[in-house]
Amino acid sequence: MALRKTRISALATLLAATTASGNLLAEELRLITWGGYAPDEVVAQFEEETGIDVQITLSNNEDMISKLRATGGAGFDLAQPSQDRIVGVQRQFNIYKPIDYSRVNTDQLQPSMVKATQESTALNGQSFGVPSVWGTSGLIVHNSVADTVTDYTDLCDPAVAGKVSYRLKRPTLMGFAFAMGMDPFAAYNDRDEYQSIMAKVEDKLIDCKANVKTYWTGGDQLLSLLRTGEVTAAMAWDAGGWKLNAENPEIRFVAPESGALGWIDTFAIPRRSENEEAAYKWINFVMQPEIAAKITNASGNFTASKGADEFVKAELRDAYRLSFDDEAINNIKWYPPVPPGLEAMEGQVLDRVQAAN
Amino acid sequence: MNASASRLSLWLLLTPFLLWIVLLVLVPHLQMLRVSFQVRESWDTLAWGLEQYQNFFSESYYWRTFVRTGVMSLFTTFLTLLIAFPIAWYIARLARGRSKGILFLACLIPFWASELVRTYGWMILLRESGLFSSWLQALGWVDGPVEMLYNDVAVIIGLVYNGLLFMVVPLVTTLDGMDENLVEAGYDLGGGHATVLREVVIPWAMPGIVSGCIVVFMLTLGSYLTPILMGGKDSAWFTEQIFTQFITRFNWEQGAALGVLLLVLSSLMVWLGLKLTGQSLRKVMG
Amino acid sequence: MATESDLSCNGLIRRFGKTAAVDHISLDVPAGTFFSILGPSGCGKTTLLRLLAGFDKPDEGDIFIRGQRMNDVPPNKRPVNMVFQHLALFPTMTVGDNIGYGLKRRKVPAAERRKRIARVLEQVGLPGLEQRNPQELSGGQRQRVALARCLVLEPTLLLLDEPLGALDLKLREQMKVELKHLQKQFGTTFVYITHDQSEAMVMSDQVAVMKNGRFEQVAPPEELYREPATPFVAGFVGDNNRLSGEVVTLADNMADIRLDNGEVVRGRLAANGLSSGDRAELYVRPESLMFTGEALKDGFCAMQAKVLTTLFDGANSRVEAENGGQPVFARLPQDGTAPRLTTGAEIRLAWDPKLARVYGAGQS
Repeated sequence: MALRKTRISALATLLAATTASGNLLAEELRLITWGGYAPDEVVAQFEEETGIDVQITLSNNEDMISKLRATGGAGFDLAQPSQDRIVGVQRQFNIYKPIDYSRVNTDQLQPSMVKATQESTALNGQSFGVPSVWGTSGLIVHNSVADTVTDYTDLCDPAVAGKVSYRLKRPTLMGFAFAMGMDPFAAYNDRDEYQSIMAKVEDKLIDCKANVKTYWTGGDQLLSLLRTGEVTAAMAWDAGGWKLNAENPEIRFVAPESGALGWIDTFAIPRRSENEEAAYKWINFVMQPEIAAKITNASGNFTASKGADEFVKAELRDAYRLSFDDEAINNIKWYPPVPPGLEAMEGQVLDRVQAAN
Repeated sequence: MNASASRLSLWLLLTPFLLWIVLLVLVPHLQMLRVSFQVRESWDTLAWGLEQYQNFFSESYYWRTFVRTGVMSLFTTFLTLLIAFPIAWYIARLARGRSKGILFLACLIPFWASELVRTYGWMILLRESGLFSSWLQALGWVDGPVEMLYNDVAVIIGLVYNGLLFMVVPLVTTLDGMDENLVEAGYDLGGGHATVLREVVIPWAMPGIVSGCIVVFMLTLGSYLTPILMGGKDSAWFTEQIFTQFITRFNWEQGAALGVLLLVLSSLMVWLGLKLTGQSLRKVMG
Repeated sequence: MATESDLSCNGLIRRFGKTAAVDHISLDVPAGTFFSILGPSGCGKTTLLRLLAGFDKPDEGDIFIRGQRMNDVPPNKRPVNMVFQHLALFPTMTVGDNIGYGLKRRKVPAAERRKRIARVLEQVGLPGLEQRNPQELSGGQRQRVALARCLVLEPTLLLLDEPLGALDLKLREQMKVELKHLQKQFGTTFVYITHDQSEAMVMSDQVAVMKNGRFEQVAPPEELYREPATPFVAGFVGDNNRLSGEVVTLADNMADIRLDNGEVVRGRLAANGLSSGDRAELYVRPESLMFTGEALKDGFCAMQAKVLTTLFDGANSRVEAENGGQPVFARLPQDGTAPRLTTGAEIRLAWDPKLARVYGAGQS
């Protein structure tokens, strides 16, 4: 999802990606993915077992789409966009090819997630994604303000003025809309309704601007703001909160009252992938429970792999349970696919918030 | 025979340069210009039009950011000049031998690290839990932590720091070439410090001043990381909007239009600068 | 002290580290004088000039201009202007603006300024060149602009730092004469430093010969030439032959010297304190030497020499000969009176002892 590590050097790597088309002798898998999704240990094991050389480019949703759009779906053999960002993009730019589920070992995946992903990435009767890693966005709060900040809009409370950070990206818009008692996902197909929701969120965010210390732009930046205590409440992703919790028990990830925002990152195959075979090999390899647990340990996020939980580090499991009770899990708002056009609308809202004084 | 051979070698020498100009400068810019006039009517049809440019003028946050970026860049350039001039004067006229080289190197050292690292350096100094804040507290000048980051002053500090070398180098070069006697003649004929500076030194250094200002202005206008990281929530910078349009919004058409406008702005400012100071590009860059 | 002189200094010292570039210099320049300081490079003359202009401060001693003490007056407040070695015309200004620069500093109104610029340009022979750039002018014209830029301010004192050095020979000869005329025309006191003795001799009323930070002699050019006070002046001003030997007899301010080859010659004593038996040096100018046969003019003395070569240079033609291993030059008149000389020929050179100068050896 959007709330995660970003690499700003996107333009530079864009060039590198377009020129570095594979003409090496050894078989190669060019993977564009998020930080933590392909730990060195896992890559080494895969290379040893298959003899395939793995080239990794770290990225985020927007960057992934931009790069693939620029090349018409070439330059990479496997990508990992979020499930809600596939259909709209595919309709618009045609950068992926459908998944051949017969080549995916679905037995080792959680059936509910497979079903949800197949539905949300379906276009013209074919589906374009395989679930891989999931997580949520919510609040990271310091104990001293935990009673004040229990929902997204509490970030605008005067009690935490100047000690707040969030990101100027669409998850913030969604979170605030839910906390303000509206349901943006339900309005996805009603432009006017959606527009009016966004207008209200825009006003709220502009009002709230004085409370914000800074809009964070990178994961490391946010972590350091929270670590030093310069920021005591932030909207961010669960894995970051758990990581900080391990360092300092005073800091916790909290599922907001109006619900955490749930996302699933997928495997998707770029339209001009040059090694589809290796891509499917990778999918089936990393979704094995023991391997998937390593990814969880590295990234802090849980996977769609069935039975991986028992291999995950104990403290991560504990932190997870502390943040989510059953009610909180049921309250997670899963992102539906974004219809085309909404993002332009949201973009203008974000721009106006950024430029407001 | 001989003439044609030398012409051939000239072309061979020029080819890499021409290729570079055409492929990496000319073609992308023309492409950007073309894209900026496209309007996306539906998901797979494009039409020609001025919509992107109309957006720029109708959406106040575009042109407000545009004006803000321009004004702040101008101010930064001016401030850089004010700070760089005494430094350059010292290096070119007062320092001798080894210390001259060492001082020059000292100006260069920060540029061994990338812009990102330099900016993080400033962030470590200026942030609420940073060095300056704790020093001020240790000295007892302030009661609590002070946030010096995330405002326009911080942005300008970062930008000036980034531009300093590019101002110092051309200034040192021109000042180095100035006959010491010119300054003495300025005093000898009755001028005070201010007069000599205004009438003798600055006119002499003008080519260096103008070329330094052009480079620093362009660098500042086009900088991306520093305003974003150091400006925080009020960092609005025009390059950031272009980046956002291209990368986050997938709106290449709008991004291209904004890019063209930025190019026009910087070209216009350079042209104005040259006109106002009576310099020509050839004199300044040669 | 000395209120009538435009410039007077006493006991000026300027040290750089341990060496004194200017070492106990005292001087007195009457109004309207063309005063030259002549010395080889490194003798401290430029340092002295910079002390006068105010770009540098003396460690000891005082500088007075028209009786006003100048030590603590900055250069822009001194009634002194300077023509620099490389002229230092402001390249970013026109000729008119260069000349107007000083007037503007004195708040002379624009109309008056224009008038004075035009007048001074006319005086230096460059009428109507106000709008030109200094770079477009010839060397001689630039020279005149540099002068005009100073003279328009009517300074008490004009300092000139070898301004003719950059010109070619012919132009230099011409400018020498012109400078002298301009100085007379403006009546300004000039202090001119140079290492070229011909420049100093032609233009100056007074010349100070400087060496190692000190003045060796201050005198009008002719006196310097005829009665050099020290062997250094004798050797530096004009050409001179140096013959070393031993004092035989002293009488009436005249000394007989036995040269190393045994010949005895005469010269006028330039310094006291010599006694017979001392080593001495006799200086006699090439133009004082005459070719002679056995018959010697009354009171003249003579020596033998062997011709090494003849150097033809029109009116400056000379013969190079040797006497007991010491080189001797003699003028070779081109009026037919000189004998034809062949290499190796023995000649006899005679001179009037009053024109030769004797110094104690080791004085220089």
